[in-house]
Amino acid sequence: MGKSVLLIEDEPNIIEAVSFILSRDGWKVDTHSNGQTALAAIAEKSPDVVILDVMLPGISGYDILRALREAPETRNLPVLMLTARGQTKDREMAEKAGANRFMTKPFSNAEVLEAVRSLVNA
Amino acid sequence: MATLNILIAVSLSYVALLFLVAFIAERLAVRGQARWLRSPLVYTLSLSIYCTAWTFYGAVGYAARSGLEYLTIYIGPTLVMVGWWWALRKMVRVGRAQRVTSIADLISSRYGKSTILAVLVTLMAVVGTTPYIALQLQSVTLSFAAFAGSTEGTPLSDSRSTALWVAVGLALFTVLFGTRNLDANERHHGVVMAIALEAVVKLFALLAVGVFVVWGLSGGIGPMLEQIDASEIGTWQIEGGRWAGLIFLSAAAFLSLPRMFQVLVVENDNEDHLKLASWAFPTYLMLMSLFVVPIAVVGLNRLPPEANPDLFVLTVPLSEGQTGLAMLSFLGGFSSATSMVIVAAIALSTMVSNHIVMPIWLRVAHGGAMVSGDVRNLVLLSRRLSIAAVLLLGYLYYRFSGGGAALAAIGLVSFAGVAQFLPAMLGGLFWRGATRLGALAGLMVGFAVWTWSMLLPSFGPGAILSEAVLAQGPAGIAWLRPQALFGIAGLDPLVHAILWSISLNTLAFVILSLLSFPSPLERLQGAQFVNVFQHSASPQSWAGGGAQSEDLLIMAQRILGPREAQALFQAEARRQGLAGYLPEPSPDFLNALERELSGSVGAATAHAMVGQIVGGASVSVEDLMAVADETAQMMEYSSQLEAKSAELTRTARQLREANEKLTALSVQKDAFLSQISHELRTPMTSIRSFSEILRDTEGLSQQDKGKYSSIIHDEAVRLTRLLDDLLDLSVLENGQVSMNIERGMLLGVLDHAVAATSGTERLTITRETEGERIALRTDLDRLAQVFINLIANAQKYCDAEAPELRIAVRDGAREIAVDFIDNGSGIPRDKQDVVFEKFARVSDQKAGGAGLGLAICREIMLRLGGNVAYLPGQGGAAFRVTLPKSAGSVM
Repeated sequence: MGKSVLLIEDEPNIIEAVSFILSRDGWKVDTHSNGQTALAAIAEKSPDVVILDVMLPGISGYDILRALREAPETRNLPVLMLTARGQTKDREMAEKAGANRFMTKPFSNAEVLEAVRSLVNA
Repeated sequence: MATLNILIAVSLSYVALLFLVAFIAERLAVRGQARWLRSPLVYTLSLSIYCTAWTFYGAVGYAARSGLEYLTIYIGPTLVMVGWWWALRKMVRVGRAQRVTSIADLISSRYGKSTILAVLVTLMAVVGTTPYIALQLQSVTLSFAAFAGSTEGTPLSDSRSTALWVAVGLALFTVLFGTRNLDANERHHGVVMAIALEAVVKLFALLAVGVFVVWGLSGGIGPMLEQIDASEIGTWQIEGGRWAGLIFLSAAAFLSLPRMFQVLVVENDNEDHLKLASWAFPTYLMLMSLFVVPIAVVGLNRLPPEANPDLFVLTVPLSEGQTGLAMLSFLGGFSSATSMVIVAAIALSTMVSNHIVMPIWLRVAHGGAMVSGDVRNLVLLSRRLSIAAVLLLGYLYYRFSGGGAALAAIGLVSFAGVAQFLPAMLGGLFWRGATRLGALAGLMVGFAVWTWSMLLPSFGPGAILSEAVLAQGPAGIAWLRPQALFGIAGLDPLVHAILWSISLNTLAFVILSLLSFPSPLERLQGAQFVNVFQHSASPQSWAGGGAQSEDLLIMAQRILGPREAQALFQAEARRQGLAGYLPEPSPDFLNALERELSGSVGAATAHAMVGQIVGGASVSVEDLMAVADETAQMMEYSSQLEAKSAELTRTARQLREANEKLTALSVQKDAFLSQISHELRTPMTSIRSFSEILRDTEGLSQQDKGKYSSIIHDEAVRLTRLLDDLLDLSVLENGQVSMNIERGMLLGVLDHAVAATSGTERLTITRETEGERIALRTDLDRLAQVFINLIANAQKYCDAEAPELRIAVRDGAREIAVDFIDNGSGIPRDKQDVVFEKFARVSDQKAGGAGLGLAICREIMLRLGGNVAYLPGQGGAAFRVTLPKSAGSVM
């Protein structure tokens, strides 16, 4: 397949787990754990899909997503949002900010794979 | 023709006699020798102006047409007089206490000296009285014509000129005796005396005709009664509704007719006169009505059917050739007519002059009462012109109405018109809650209904209201039909008009009085009127002070005349013990002056004139007392309301604060739950993910398996620790935990803490064990937990190359301080406040903690009576744990 994924997440164990799953499925996986420089990382790597954690140190995942949707070149970039907060209003905020998919931690590995695949094919 | 000439001569002599009597009475009154003029008998006789030509001639005609119904016109006033203690006495007392000059003055005065009300009542009185004056002119003319007709036919133009001459003569008499002086009490001794004489003449004349009819023509009482039995009059039925309506109407009119008010109240010298009048006047009425039926019966029997029954009193003696008796009868009718017209003209001219002409003049003339010129002449002039105008109006009405309608009908229309004053007047006397707005509304509504349902139809169909309007209502609106308002047809037109006009009048009066709020002056006047028997003192006092006596004198001279004014001022100065002409403007004097002036220009105007000079009204103690009760009640109520309002405001503020607190708590709770969720889900994510990898992935290396298993293990430990911390904190915060107080040494607690954290060797700990030999009495395990937490934090967060932690103990006087100071970069100033909050994150780096440790430390130290705080300015991160000495002093 050769498609690329950029994972923006600050929890090391989760980074390792997601990288492992996606790599075994044939994805090219990049990771970035600093929220402040996430936009620059996305611009540099120009991935096919972005997996974005909501609670990043110093910045909210929603802010990053909004910035992505405002820029013309990333307006249609598929984004899967991950959050550890499972409340309804978090889902609403994610939809409002323009997330293509939304997933609550903890998730099953199969779910993540399915979501990332469907985002690329859509 | 000879008889006619004699008649004219007799009439002129009679008029001359009246002039003479009036003149002598005036002279005697001026000299102060007129005590007998003010006898109750004269007062009673003067009331007989109620019996006008309508009564003298008309009652017989009324009896001939409608039987005994004419009695209602006498029963009404009789009831009023017999019940004088209830209403009449109060009206007279108020009238005298307030120096009212007319019914318009009374009503305006009661409702806050309102000018609009005065004008309205005056106009209504003029409209209501004018037809009545016309009626008197008509009766004189008719009776004159009857005389002339008995000798020869009289052309119509003659009768017109007769009316004109009568009107002119009456105007002259009224001007002469009605406006001779501007007496403060507005009493006219000459006029009253002449009226009393006329009262005797008309009674005597009617009795004489009656006696002639019964004994001269019918042969005694017995045969007379037989004749009455035989005639139709004896068989007339009494209609209950119409009788009640007529009795009410005549009673109301007796109280509110301007001319009756004039003789009843204004000319009243002494309230005690009412006692005699209360039985003597009904007696007079009874005598007047005694022979009405016999005359009517004999007239119907003896005279041709086309003869006018209204003139039977005159035509019966004439037809029998009794010229002398007829002449006496003529004089009786003449007396009835003239006395009514004179008094009505005086009453109306006083109203017109005081309430319409003077206010306009005062407004038009710049500077009000202080302009130069003699107001006195102006008042006299305006009154004389008013008299002439009133009589002219009466004459014109007579000319243009054609004089065809039956006398009694016009009389009743007029009665019903002035009866509209009754609700406002009686309401004002007996009800404090009556207000100016209510009075205005009642009067206007009543007057409008009266005009529509009675006055306009009285001119006959086609005169002013077309027959179509009468039958179908204006523009075909059936419920507005003048004689079947609101669709209620079938009532007698008279009863219908009275019923609607008075009840709508009263309704409007009561409702608007209840809805509106009286002005302060109205409230004062209301108290004065309603409680007149409690305090009949001066109605409206002046505060002395700024008044200029000289200005007052100048003004008074112009109204009262120089001589009278100076005498008044000089007398007052003498009474005050001052030399010279000018008294001090004391409140008493100002009241007396206002009283004098009000006789000339009316209460409202006098009040305004004195007020212009004195500047500002004030009130007497009694007045204030009268309204003080109400005011006190209102104040109390108002302060209760204020207190309640303050209480509500307080409660609202407390509620708002509580709500803010709850909202803040709710936000905190949401944030806390959100944090908990995050802290729990993050390790669970790793656990789930890696356990799925281990389960699902084939061919994992042993190394990877071990790595992933230990991640799962670490995260599980992390979860357990988090849950332990949460439970610990929850228990501590709820105060459910019990402290296990023991004795021990600080040294031992620190040793235990350091040993428990010695898993990593990275951190070097320096201590001064000598200083740590301090005896404690506290929960040693909990204290150790705090120390462990602080040491562990240093291990985790100290960012120095060679991390060091120094533990310094100070044994103070009141407390023991244990400082934990490391050599790292410390906590930034803006984060120092939040490090003790739950889930506070100081740095971005992951250290495995959930951010609950310091929150737990603080809770523990608070339970132990001490504290833990960040110690700024120590180079690295520094925390100070303080313990109360009392807790550790026992050894």
